[in-house]
Amino acid sequence: MPYPSPFHERTQALCTSYRWKEWAGFYAVRSFDICHDREYNAFRQGAGVIDVTPLFKYDITGPDAAAFLSRVMVRNIKKLRVGRVVYLCWCDDDGKIIDDGTCARLDENYYRVTAAGPTYHWFMKHAGPYDVRIEDTSHQLGALAIQGPQSRNILRNLTDLDLDEMRFFAASDTSFAGIPGQLTRTGYTGDLGYELWVKNEDGVKLWDALMDAGKPYGIHPAGLDALDICRVEAGFIMQDVDYIGALDAVIESQKSTPYELGLGWTVKLKDREPFIGQVALEREHAEGSVWGFVGLEISWEAIEELFDGYGLPPHLPEQAWRDPIPVYHRGRQIGRATSGAWAPILKKNLALATIDSKYCQPGQQLEIEITVEWERKTVPATVVKTPFYDPERKKSYGPDV
Amino acid sequence: MAQMYDSIIIGGGHNGLVCAAYLARAGRKVLVLERRHVLGGAAVTEELYPGFKYSVCSYVVSLLRPQIIRDLDLPRHGLEILPLECSFTPSLEGPGLVRWPESARTRREIAAYSKKDAEVYPEFGRDMMNMARWVKPIIDMAPPDPTSFHPSHLRSLMFLGNRVRGLGDEQLVRLAKMMTMSAVDFLDEWFESEILKAPMAVSGIIGTYLGVRSPGTAYVLLHHYMGEIDGSFRAWGFSKGGTGQISLSIANAARSLGVEIRTEAAVENVILRGDKAVGVALKDGTEFHAKTVVSGVDPHLTFLKLVGRQHLPGEFTDQIDRYRMRGSSGKVNLALDRLPNFTCRPGDGLHIRGDIAIAPSIDYLERAYDDAKYGQYSRRPYMNVVIPSLTDSSLAPPGKHVMSIFVQYAPYQLADGPETWPDKREAFGDTVVDTLAEYCPGLKESILHRQVLTPWDLEKDFGLTEGNIFHGELSLEQLFFLRPAPGWARYRTPIRHLWMCGSGAHPGGGIMGAPGALAAERMLKERAV
Repeated sequence: MPYPSPFHERTQALCTSYRWKEWAGFYAVRSFDICHDREYNAFRQGAGVIDVTPLFKYDITGPDAAAFLSRVMVRNIKKLRVGRVVYLCWCDDDGKIIDDGTCARLDENYYRVTAAGPTYHWFMKHAGPYDVRIEDTSHQLGALAIQGPQSRNILRNLTDLDLDEMRFFAASDTSFAGIPGQLTRTGYTGDLGYELWVKNEDGVKLWDALMDAGKPYGIHPAGLDALDICRVEAGFIMQDVDYIGALDAVIESQKSTPYELGLGWTVKLKDREPFIGQVALEREHAEGSVWGFVGLEISWEAIEELFDGYGLPPHLPEQAWRDPIPVYHRGRQIGRATSGAWAPILKKNLALATIDSKYCQPGQQLEIEITVEWERKTVPATVVKTPFYDPERKKSYGPDV
Repeated sequence: MAQMYDSIIIGGGHNGLVCAAYLARAGRKVLVLERRHVLGGAAVTEELYPGFKYSVCSYVVSLLRPQIIRDLDLPRHGLEILPLECSFTPSLEGPGLVRWPESARTRREIAAYSKKDAEVYPEFGRDMMNMARWVKPIIDMAPPDPTSFHPSHLRSLMFLGNRVRGLGDEQLVRLAKMMTMSAVDFLDEWFESEILKAPMAVSGIIGTYLGVRSPGTAYVLLHHYMGEIDGSFRAWGFSKGGTGQISLSIANAARSLGVEIRTEAAVENVILRGDKAVGVALKDGTEFHAKTVVSGVDPHLTFLKLVGRQHLPGEFTDQIDRYRMRGSSGKVNLALDRLPNFTCRPGDGLHIRGDIAIAPSIDYLERAYDDAKYGQYSRRPYMNVVIPSLTDSSLAPPGKHVMSIFVQYAPYQLADGPETWPDKREAFGDTVVDTLAEYCPGLKESILHRQVLTPWDLEKDFGLTEGNIFHGELSLEQLFFLRPAPGWARYRTPIRHLWMCGSGAHPGGGIMGAPGALAAERMLKERAV
């Protein structure tokens, strides 16, 4: 049986749809209501609150914390300043990605790493030479993400931090209506948003305080279905969906590298101490990758025409999908779309795909499989840059916001 | 020397802007002239009370053509559409009725009044969707002239004929009925409960000077079923930032394509040289010259005011004279200190996030029309209420709200003459608020600011002749190849180089953009510009 998160007492009362799923061993709401539209719109128009407690969390402390993390991570954590967060990934010796997550520097020698999968043993395996303490805080910390254009206005009522000056990917100790915790300007929606980290025992208190403060701003609890659409719009990859972690892969071809997943920008090869996977990644960087990760825009006109031929109105996926679908170039399969969604805000049918790196240039015309009345067809799809959706407010700060 | 353009668009409403954007996209040099200080025409957002943004006239969106959204990449230019989540019909007796997006929930609601209706309702929806699918290509094509033997017209007619054949016998009969019956008679064939039929029947009369029992209103019902969001029919939504944001996103797209837009530039007349339009003159005497002039304003204003009867063929002028404008609705916008609390369903739950129809019974609606027939505004009007600030928190300060109330009937032609409207404006506003307050007591006390728009105001402030929100009624005899006049449904006019691109052209009113896009398409195809 999954375990309840520290917010469960509140979320279970609100989850009138009974639509739950298991996420990393926790109960997680898929959607509070039968339809997730309202929750999606809260993320994009007002503020949505989602319980992200099931993320794995590791607090890493000690004089060698930075050195240790720089050894494990593809980024050079030694350069990370106090009060900043970075998005990153970590690889095995062959440069194959294990997991992706964030690393926040909360104090001089105090870092917090979030991960999609359990990572304690991997960290411990490499901690040997370092004066570092790795604590799995996954079951001690509760986390709420508040995402959407009103999230900053709501938080103003809860914390003394100068939110106008808090930049994208900043982190700070603070208290929320008296509840101690940390605030990071991070999230998985690609929108203005924050994540609040508190001790488990303060979970319900935080939930209530946040909901009270948010009521005049139209705050709304949201579930994973709404989040999934947002993350596709933001072009964010997901472990076990868009890639398989190297430690979970059954066969070699299931593994990928950061470059192949569009995370090459997180890999820092120069001016640093060696890190795990560096040799292989240097080689790939020099020689080029076999696979590339792209955004696809699927032709709406073609879908409409296809369905019209059957006397049907066009059918759109109501939820984000995650069953891989073949992608073709002139009839030859060159990869697969790993997830996708209809983007209500962009009015576009989107997919994220891993394809032969020869076909990754924006504007490249491809085809993607679609099934209409149990018959397999293809429709045109165009390679486009991600993020598909990237509002200015995501990163905005300063007195004018 | 006046500046030379390929096209000058009269009116910066959404259709004018769409037309301009499409022409510019084809490389043409385009100027848009808007009389007011804001763009959008009747699709406009204004902050008339500090912190509260009203969608002053039109307030929901559904028919905006998806291909226009795609072609002009409107989301990138600021367009965001939020779904209208449900439809609530409050009642003074029972619990009222809410139609939800979840079909089972709706079935349960309707079943409280009629178990039969509850089960027929989805069947009705499916049939309407099928018919809407048939009609949809019509709104995306320039109407062929059925009297013409030109190959392109014949091709279009063949295409339509084939679609009709594909509809099947049963649907064909239904379509024939829709074209001729009243909304109520048509709905009577399906449903028995008043509280379900009444809010559905009003789709047939919005913007027309007809009652729900007037023949021909069933078709307009279908017009409202064609609304399409994300491929799903019968879906209505709000535009984030109000309906003005739709116009602004189109204007942004147009500007990015090189369109020049001037506000506070009121066109006085179209400049003619012989039988050709060569430009426009503004009220201040400034002249602009162009190869083509495109009017986004209504047919009466275009032909009878900006061109002038003396320059038009007599038969055509007669037709335009006969083209029915007959405004029948008004609008009340409120800034609210708190949310309304409906007696039949208290609280600030999800039921008030969609549209709220004050249409408790068919007789109620018909009585509202009875008043209008004799030149009075309805003592108990039909109202369509939305509180968009519930889904779009940017429209009002935290905890406060804006309420938009569409009101019918408010006939332009009052018994004492339309010019008496300004004297009756506030009394009309009181009637609206009083009627609504019967359903949600306390409404009056929560009002911080009120804007009342009568058909007279719609004419004077927004240039809608007789206050007709659709630039001419959407009744069958004024649609398709008859809009605005037979032989002139393909955006051309009897004046050479003068074109039409507003809601007075096919396929008509509502925030559709189709007349603007189709006009541009015709102009480019016919190498007029």
